[in-house]
Amino acid sequence: MTIGKNLTVAIMDPPYESATTATALRIIDAALRQAQVVTVFAYEGAVSMTMKAQQPHANPVKGTTVEQEEHPTTKDWIAGLFALARQTGAKLDWINCGLCVDERGAGETIDGPRRGSPKDFFEAVKLSDGVIVIPTH
Amino acid sequence: MKILSIVDTAYRATLEEQDDTILWLNHALRNNGAEVSILLSGNAVNYAVRGQDAAGLAFGDRRVAHPPRLDEDLARLIAAKVAVFAVEEDIRERALPADSLVAGIEKLSRAGIPEAIERFDQVWRW
Repeated sequence: MTIGKNLTVAIMDPPYESATTATALRIIDAALRQAQVVTVFAYEGAVSMTMKAQQPHANPVKGTTVEQEEHPTTKDWIAGLFALARQTGAKLDWINCGLCVDERGAGETIDGPRRGSPKDFFEAVKLSDGVIVIPTH
Repeated sequence: MKILSIVDTAYRATLEEQDDTILWLNHALRNNGAEVSILLSGNAVNYAVRGQDAAGLAFGDRRVAHPPRLDEDLARLIAAKVAVFAVEEDIRERALPADSLVAGIEKLSRAGIPEAIERFDQVWRW
């Protein structure tokens, strides 16, 4: 079976609210491990996944400190994906929809993601072997 | 490249956004040269009802200045030569009168969806 080299993924869910987040990031991770070119178009709430100001926290129910809890943040997971791409020679182009960024105040991001628009999504689709749209509900 | 966008979720954040973000996205793609078509399914078929009025919402003195006019957005897509389909059974199940729908909406039976999908290079369900 021939595996395509270009994948575009569109995501919409904000962090910490849906099972689609981990699913989407796992698909992206798998593609990057195969040294593919992956374009992510983060639309609507998904633009918040790369916000630099995300902070881990303690867990008073479990009685853990911040350090003990090691609470994941989506910004760190996505930073991990960028690092993975560098390691494997893959390419990750993470595009946050600009208008969605503006209305959510999500403009301060980690290094790596860029601001874009539906035009960028369409341009990536045209170059892709596969496109996955993971909607929100 | 022929793209079919299936819109199933209805009225999600339409007041905050003052439109439906998926109809908006597809209109933006169309403006950038994409050959898109829309299929309204489930509750989203209600977008096709003419004369919807979401005006008047206010929180304290903060009023929604430009409430969504989703029927008009559909009409604009149709005017831009975007084919807009709606699942016939979903319209019937919601008792939407045929003469209440935006002109130019094409009804598609559920049984006809697989064959219709075959005409497209990309099928995205939002």
